[in-house]
Amino acid sequence: MFSRAYRTIVTVPPLAWVAVFLLVPYALMFCYSFWSVSSAQTIVRSWNVANYQELFQKPVYWETLLRSIWIAARVMIFSLLLGYPLAYFLSFYSGKRKDLLYQMVIIPLWVSYLVRAYAWKTILGSDGVLNTLLQYVHLTSHPLDFLLYSPFAVVLTLTHIYTPFTILPIYASLEHIPRNLVEASHDLGATPAQTFWKVIFPLSIPGVVAGATFAFVLSLGDFLAPLLLGGPSGIMISNIVVSLFGAAYNWPLGAAISLCMLVVVVSLLFFSERLEKKWSFS
Amino acid sequence: MELLLSGNSANVSRSRWLRLHASAVFAFLYLPIAVLILYSFNGQGVGGFPPRNLTLDWYQTLFSDGAIWDSVLNSLEVGFAAMAISLTFGIPAALALDRANFPGKALFRRLVLLPLILPGIITGLSLLMLFDLAGTKLSLLTIVLGHGTALIAVATTEVFAGLQKLDRAQEEASLDLGANYWQTFWRVTVPNLKLPIIGAALLIFTLSMDEIAVSFFLIGRDNTLPLEIWGRLRRGITPEINAISTIIFIFSLVTIVFWYRLRVKAEGSVEAGAELIAATDS
Repeated sequence: MFSRAYRTIVTVPPLAWVAVFLLVPYALMFCYSFWSVSSAQTIVRSWNVANYQELFQKPVYWETLLRSIWIAARVMIFSLLLGYPLAYFLSFYSGKRKDLLYQMVIIPLWVSYLVRAYAWKTILGSDGVLNTLLQYVHLTSHPLDFLLYSPFAVVLTLTHIYTPFTILPIYASLEHIPRNLVEASHDLGATPAQTFWKVIFPLSIPGVVAGATFAFVLSLGDFLAPLLLGGPSGIMISNIVVSLFGAAYNWPLGAAISLCMLVVVVSLLFFSERLEKKWSFS
Repeated sequence: MELLLSGNSANVSRSRWLRLHASAVFAFLYLPIAVLILYSFNGQGVGGFPPRNLTLDWYQTLFSDGAIWDSVLNSLEVGFAAMAISLTFGIPAALALDRANFPGKALFRRLVLLPLILPGIITGLSLLMLFDLAGTKLSLLTIVLGHGTALIAVATTEVFAGLQKLDRAQEEASLDLGANYWQTFWRVTVPNLKLPIIGAALLIFTLSMDEIAVSFFLIGRDNTLPLEIWGRLRRGITPEINAISTIIFIFSLVTIVFWYRLRVKAEGSVEAGAELIAATDS
């Protein structure tokens, strides 16, 4: 029912915009990663794989990458451990308060990243709220210094930030489970634990996969929480990229690392999509 | 459901355990924000337990802090401009995905959604390379282009969800009765999509006001509010930052709750937001 002209008008402008401001920049990142910097600090546009060689040869790069993956993995696991039971409670046991509690999950999801990261900084510092509280109640006599400027602070803060991201897709998948399946399992004599592990949990796997992917991917690329709370031992791969694009002025090497991150992220998305399809029942 | 599951005592203890877990997770999500707000009234600085000499001084300092309010104005400008761009391209994109077939449609959909799941550093850096190549000077304009592009995803997803619920017969009737496509779009399609469009606009505006990872790389001489705060965090912290964070939190809280109500009204479900998240990998 829509004419060719209509379809062209709604298609071409967004397509053109996305091509210029998303596709071209990603392509540019790809190109840069094969270029190099001259000694006079200018970009040399000759193609070579030197950046990738450097990346794999210098331990600082892949060690930081591994550390980032380990931090992101911990954030993912903690977010799931906190998020799944909450989503399950929300979907099956929250009764009349469902709507209110759901909003309480949405709010921190969209509320300022910076505000939440800053809040943790004021809590974890050596003169921070937690340390002074512990001394006030005489649990410790001097401030615990592992709290701030450590991977611990980064994992804690990122878990706080990304837990709501894991709750939403898990909740959505739990809500989509036909309740008569649960009743059938119950009527056929399954115990509640059996019903959960054999019916509910398998059907919620697509949500778990989506939530896990979110938490992992977004925390893997984070550079603000490590800058604010990580200290030297909490540096992540994106911090190296930031310095390569800043003071160290080596855009090509920075682009190569970013591209590796992009490849990891896109293949994870692809993989998680396959997993979700495999486990979804509709 | 509750009746069905609350039959035996194992279930009662299970639901009690889940409720306890849910309370603990909500405490984890909200306590840091509560602490942040409390210490914005603390006369003794950002840490230190218990808070002493409660005062409104920090708010007074804040209200007479010219640099902060300049950055607030910048952020408002950026927010409105980004909203205009995202809606201008996001609404047609949703129409195109709903109604047109074109080569690369699947790729286009993924590409539009990508900035929402990619770590901000990748979007920010790839745009930085584009602007560098084009010789564009970094300014608030480059931030607007960055936010506008990244948040097209929000407009497209929200409007696309609205289109799925739209009764095509109305548009067909309008066309049959002699209205042209332009008239039909403004008098039938848009009024029917009013709630999703307002919802998307609100969400885009809030997200843009809070955004920091993409802006970090595209900033010129003028700061947005989050970047102004970021700059101060590195120089040392005072409860003035708690005060501005409190105001940001309340501002986000109000718009998000408002957005949520709109979304529930438009969709009739409490899964608002989950679709936005889930859309990125479907």
